[in-house]
Amino acid sequence: MRIPHKPHLTRTPHRTRAVVAASVVTVMLASACSGAGGGGADGDTVTIATVANPQMEDIEQLTSVFEEEHPDINVEFVILPENELRDRVTQDIATGSGQYDIVTIGTYETPIWAENGWLTSLDDYASDPDYDVDDLMPPVREALTYEDNLYAVPFYAESSFLMYRTDLFEEAGVTMPERPTWQEVAELAEKLHDPDNDVAGICLRGLAGWGEVLAPLNTVVNTFGGRWYDENWNAQMTSPETMEAVQFYVDLVRDHGETGAANAGFSECLTATSQGNAAMWYDATVAASILEDPDSSDAAGLMGYVPAPVVETEHSGWLWAWSLAIPETSQNKDAAWEFMSWATSKEYIRLVGEELGWTRVPPGSRMSTYEIAEYQEAASAFAGPTLDAIENVDVRRPGLHEQPWVGVQYITIPEFQDLGTRVSQEVSAAIAGNQSVEEAMEKAQQYTEEIAESGGYRDQ
Amino acid sequence: MTVSTSPAAAQPRGGRAPQKLTQLERWKLRGPLLPALVLTVVLTQIPMLVTVYYSFQSRNLLRPEESGFAGFANYGRVFGDEQFRGAVLNTVVLTASTVLLSIVLGIALAVLLDQKFLGRSVVRTLLITPFLVMPAAAALLWKHAMFNPLFGILNWALSPFGVERVDWASQYPMTSIVLMLTWQWTPFMMLIVLAGLQSQSPELLEAAKMDGAGPFKTFWFVTFPQLRQFIELAILLGSIFIVQTFDPIFLITQGGPGQATTNLPYFIYQRTFRAFEVGEAAAAGVIVVIATIVIANFALRVVSSLFREEERA
Repeated sequence: MRIPHKPHLTRTPHRTRAVVAASVVTVMLASACSGAGGGGADGDTVTIATVANPQMEDIEQLTSVFEEEHPDINVEFVILPENELRDRVTQDIATGSGQYDIVTIGTYETPIWAENGWLTSLDDYASDPDYDVDDLMPPVREALTYEDNLYAVPFYAESSFLMYRTDLFEEAGVTMPERPTWQEVAELAEKLHDPDNDVAGICLRGLAGWGEVLAPLNTVVNTFGGRWYDENWNAQMTSPETMEAVQFYVDLVRDHGETGAANAGFSECLTATSQGNAAMWYDATVAASILEDPDSSDAAGLMGYVPAPVVETEHSGWLWAWSLAIPETSQNKDAAWEFMSWATSKEYIRLVGEELGWTRVPPGSRMSTYEIAEYQEAASAFAGPTLDAIENVDVRRPGLHEQPWVGVQYITIPEFQDLGTRVSQEVSAAIAGNQSVEEAMEKAQQYTEEIAESGGYRDQ
Repeated sequence: MTVSTSPAAAQPRGGRAPQKLTQLERWKLRGPLLPALVLTVVLTQIPMLVTVYYSFQSRNLLRPEESGFAGFANYGRVFGDEQFRGAVLNTVVLTASTVLLSIVLGIALAVLLDQKFLGRSVVRTLLITPFLVMPAAAALLWKHAMFNPLFGILNWALSPFGVERVDWASQYPMTSIVLMLTWQWTPFMMLIVLAGLQSQSPELLEAAKMDGAGPFKTFWFVTFPQLRQFIELAILLGSIFIVQTFDPIFLITQGGPGQATTNLPYFIYQRTFRAFEVGEAAAAGVIVVIATIVIANFALRVVSSLFREEERA
């Protein structure tokens, strides 16, 4: 979900310009000497807005293969950092300006936007047997479905798991249980915490932002039996279970977490872990492919992976999938689907493996990926745990209770971006030590109540 | 500064024969400028009018079905929002402390640079550099190289004094941002004050020396009063720019921890792009614009008093 990214500018391939120029010339010629016959196909241009993650940058590189196979379709990329992408795409779709034919959205946006009527249903397209829609990971497919219609197809997906340094564990003479509980993790963190050698017991996100600290924290809240709202949308932020979970998380990161935790997000923990400054790290499964890259990580080959720690529930991983969808405003839906189906196909996964290396294959989208022998070998350390983590997510009921929304580390209501940001700021302040967990959660309770009122969820 | 020369230069031309032009001649002179004027009005006023319009609409981009006239509800919500009031306070604290610190440092550095010494131009260039670094790059530089609790330069430099593992951005968020902004804005203040210092007449300084004033007395009784207008100008321009600070807050603290560093621009950003509350964000924007106009009016009055005194001199 959060990969260190570099901003990109819009790329206009030379080919596109050439084609546009050519078609202009064709039109002019055609009008000059009428009856000169159709001057060749001018081609559909498909504009895709996407996120500046390594997997997405790979696709830009490989698009020439697609364009060779489909000479009548030109693909233009608009690559943006995550937050900016969300801002731009939301504005574009909400105002109906129709700039993009394909948008990259997550599992959070898909059902909300589908409800608003902003997305094209993909059921007819995806039922094509060549596409093999049944090969998509079931929890991911479920998260991208709204009222039994598929509205987006996953490009890659992630869950969360616990990563740890096997060498440090050996040195300290401790072992990681196969299925750890959070209490066990806290004990381990205490034993491994070694500030004199700049090694934190565990790295956990503390940075404000609904996609930062709240992602891991929500899974902890779920597994402690806490929740944001009950079935009737009554805020539960100050319920004993939620409070206990938040207090646990804040204590753990304050006592045995990384220094500067209140400003550490995915990138900061990735840096800390890959440089050997953290003995454990609980975060996204996609992190593994970067940690295992010897060029960028000192921890390559030293990492072990176990499922997300639990307390009351069986599993507690989150689920996120960067997915491709066609806005209702697109003028080139068929061409857009051509490209999308190619980019999320089995062939594309093979293509990445063969052209760019098997560890760079987009993970978590298709079950068949995990049957490829080359991938199993190249990603032996993390492929299995990633698959398990994703397969075990229940997006409808991740915690102990029934919830009136679909989603693990977020609530699928439009207001959540704002609500989550506000609550995350309070939690972050508690991690920084500027206020107590009680104070933070009382404010969070108030924000959460306000949203339930203003969003009119109680009446439903 | 060079700004002060232009009104004086305009004086004789205007004074030549203003009343002898007929109405038609006047319009002939103005005519060619009209398109530019219209364009300026369109470009500056239409976005503002649209903002004002939206501030009276209830509109959330994510809930397209519910929009309509909202009256003053958005303004009520903004003023009733504790976070907005916090943001106003933070903006004032941030702006005032940064301006104050950077003007004091700016004066000190300008006085030093006004002396003649070997390598002065090199030192001057180096001192100006922070102002030339892109704000986003500067913020990232400070976040990682300076404030990092593990390998930050700040902690390393303070370690001989028993300071250990201070997590600047979380423990002292406002101080950190002010520190970073002061680093960035001191050169700006320094440049304006330096211009003032270099424009004072050597005769006056010599006369002070003849009268037996030491360097400190000369500075306090002769130089400083002359500098006053330059300092005022620097403070006003600096305040107008620093009120708009966004990059370091977005990149270093995300407005936090809590709301410790959420200022007005960051607040509006959050209302617009996290909540997609177009109406509320527009209302907050209008409030900020009105406040800025009030301050800018005050600013212009002071600057024009500066021009008047230049003319008298």
